[in-house]
Amino acid sequence: MLIFTIRRLNLLLFTLLLLTLLSFSLSYLFPGDPLVNMTGQAQATPEHLATLSSQYNFEQNIFKQYWAYLSHIANGDLGLSMASHLPISSEIMTLLPATIELSLVALAIAMMIGVPIGFIAAIKHKKAADNIILAFAMLGYSIPVFWLGLLAILVFSIQLGWLPSAGQISLLFEIEPVTGIQFIDILLSDSEYKWQAFKDASSHIILPACVVALAPATIFIRLARTAMMEVLETSYIRAANAKGLTFGQIIYRHAIRNALIKVIRHVGLQFANLVTIAMVTEVIFSWPGIGRWLIESIYQRDYTAIQGGLLALSSFIFFVHIVTDFVYAALNPLAREPHHGS
Amino acid sequence: MKNRVFNLISQARQILGTTAICIGLMACENNDPLSLSAKSVIYCSEGSPESFNPQTVTSGTTIDATSNQLYDRLITFSPVDNSIAPALAKSWHVTRDGKMITFYLRKDVAFHKTDYFFPTRTLNADDVIFSFNRILDPGHEYYSVSGAQYPFFQSVNFSSLVEQIEKINDYTVRFKLRHPDSSFLSNLATDFSVILSAEYGQELTAKGNQQNIDIYPIGTGPYKLKEYRPGSLIRYYPHENYWRNEVALEQLLFDITPSNTGRLTKLLAGECDVIAYPIAHEKISERKDLLLEAETAFNVGYLGFNTQKAPLNNKLVRKAIAHAINKPAIIEAVYAGEAEIAKSIIPPTSWAYDESIIDQTFSIPMAKSLLTQAGYEDGFTMDIWAMPVQRSYNRNALTMAKLIQADLKKIGITVNIVSYEWATFLRRVAQGEHQTVLLGWSADHPDPDNFFTPLLSCASTVTGSNRAFWCNEEFDDIIQKALLTNNINRRKKYYAEALAIVEEELPLLPIAHSKRFQARTTQVKGELLSSFGGIDFSRVSKN
Repeated sequence: MLIFTIRRLNLLLFTLLLLTLLSFSLSYLFPGDPLVNMTGQAQATPEHLATLSSQYNFEQNIFKQYWAYLSHIANGDLGLSMASHLPISSEIMTLLPATIELSLVALAIAMMIGVPIGFIAAIKHKKAADNIILAFAMLGYSIPVFWLGLLAILVFSIQLGWLPSAGQISLLFEIEPVTGIQFIDILLSDSEYKWQAFKDASSHIILPACVVALAPATIFIRLARTAMMEVLETSYIRAANAKGLTFGQIIYRHAIRNALIKVIRHVGLQFANLVTIAMVTEVIFSWPGIGRWLIESIYQRDYTAIQGGLLALSSFIFFVHIVTDFVYAALNPLAREPHHGS
Repeated sequence: MKNRVFNLISQARQILGTTAICIGLMACENNDPLSLSAKSVIYCSEGSPESFNPQTVTSGTTIDATSNQLYDRLITFSPVDNSIAPALAKSWHVTRDGKMITFYLRKDVAFHKTDYFFPTRTLNADDVIFSFNRILDPGHEYYSVSGAQYPFFQSVNFSSLVEQIEKINDYTVRFKLRHPDSSFLSNLATDFSVILSAEYGQELTAKGNQQNIDIYPIGTGPYKLKEYRPGSLIRYYPHENYWRNEVALEQLLFDITPSNTGRLTKLLAGECDVIAYPIAHEKISERKDLLLEAETAFNVGYLGFNTQKAPLNNKLVRKAIAHAINKPAIIEAVYAGEAEIAKSIIPPTSWAYDESIIDQTFSIPMAKSLLTQAGYEDGFTMDIWAMPVQRSYNRNALTMAKLIQADLKKIGITVNIVSYEWATFLRRVAQGEHQTVLLGWSADHPDPDNFFTPLLSCASTVTGSNRAFWCNEEFDDIIQKALLTNNINRRKKYYAEALAIVEEELPLLPIAHSKRFQARTTQVKGELLSSFGGIDFSRVSKN
């Protein structure tokens, strides 16, 4: 397990270094002055720019510049947003939790719906139920998310009036941001309207989370179906069958557990996909997350924000990858110690 | 391991169950009369305010967010007949020569008590003098705090009109004017002439935070500012000691939603109680729980002729164009029938409106014969400048320009449509680069002078609001005389004469007087809009 951990941390470190290299080169690739792109100080006086230039080693060679950039990032300094003139790092700290919240809820929905349905499809393999589930999975996977989002608003917000169409919570509730995760902040707050706020926030998250969850859920259906089918083919299931266990016992005690492990392995990969979908969904549902902010920054040519946002978002996705790897390893001894393998 | 998985499954079941209960509860408890949303109003506004002091701006968005919510004026317009009514001043007196106006203030007016300011006294004469000297006196400590721009007051020449403001006693203030001006009281009743707190000003000066006066506002209005997030929201709390009435709401919230469709969606989904400038009027009228309201606004949309340029310096050509334009078709296509045909620059709801004026008849033969008289029987080519933005007086200038283009083709005039980005457009039009231009004017107060002087006087050819560059001494003389008297019948006569000159010379062709629209849920009760100025939430309640 130790070697496994070290290997993963190594991977994390080098990937992060590569990411910073990419984001550093973006300041040169974007139009305009690289120093201004990097710091976001678009209205700086010449004297101020000179100070900045020495801080970022801009008179020296490119390696020293990169080193200075790295040390600024290490201190949490990603420059100022050209549009709002606020530090990028503080903007990211307020926006990223909202995206994490939406993605996690969507992931939970996708797994809670996708995995059991996939298992059912595998159990009913080559029957009508399997075909219907596969057909729906295909359909769900093919629906573009922006269209689905608008449709959901049209039906559930406008026609039926069940759920709100925009935002994270009704603006009426004043919730002090502590962690940035809305639900935790509501529970921590001492507002007299705490429970109303909690219900309001829950009703706000349902639509966007379901929209984000649809495509990953269909993938989980297929993954769970394949995993379950593989497990059902194995010799230990046949052995259990021969011992006279009922079908239900076989599924509950042996098959589900082993199939789940195979699914969890793919959660990390699916998370990147999910965050991409969440970015588009945030725009449609006016969700105050990093995706919407990043897309607005692109419109406004706010290069510093694009650079910092991309770095933060990709680091976060990679971090989730590593975490799921650990969870997978913790659940499955075969993954962490290869000599156990057959 | 097995147990772990089973635990997970049973936990998941519990969570699912709880979620289901939560959703169920949500549906029931939304009707709970004690819920916060039942005591608050969310207004989806169209943009962020530039400042929290209406003295320094002219933009309608800022006026909506500040004037009637945060502040009060000495006097105001009665919502019934647009006459001048008491507000912070319980009465006033104008001397016979019209040069001295004395205001007697109310004694029970409290200022906002907020996180950033604790008032120790109620409103008195010092506050009034402070508020107006800030605009008038370049030596005043707050004069240049927000850039020394007071556009409304500069446009009515306020500083050359007011000679001095005197404190008679704590609750009596006297304005001394250099010459009588019958629109003076109307100017004081506009949304721009708000009263600030002198005590707050002194406190900020002592702390060295003078710029905060327009960022963290203190006024006497029905609401006080709680929180402002640019581009996102403005949160107001009720002013518990508001002098006029008890404020019924627990919270007033401006949800800043610049997109038209975004505002409509939020209204239909019940996330906004009131929205500004709604689109899709039929869709809103269809719903029983929504109310679409229209308020006649004092405005005029017009086609202005640059009278300095040939061939439009010839009044026969201008009249020919007027006869060739099919106004009813424009009203139908551009305003969806929700506007009135303008016969003169004055809207029919004004007391200066002249019934005897008849609209130019739509007649191609008349137009052609006028063109022949002017010597242009073969027609000519000209430009129409169409403004690029939507305004209540002209919802779509490009469509309007295309309709006019088609109309004028029938009398042999070829029209090119020109449009620039808004700021550039206004600058180039003010420099007189256009031949004809589609623009409009919204009045700031009901005094008819607010149409005549800015649109057509010789002085405003210089300041740039007279886009016809038409200067007629006889006309100027008449509108000056009309300002020197307070006798409304005599003023009516003067303005009728002035309108007759405009009718004869036709420096601009009035097209439409339109309405201002807004939509709300039927739960929100109380008046929100009046003919002038911004939205007003002071008398609004919800049930």
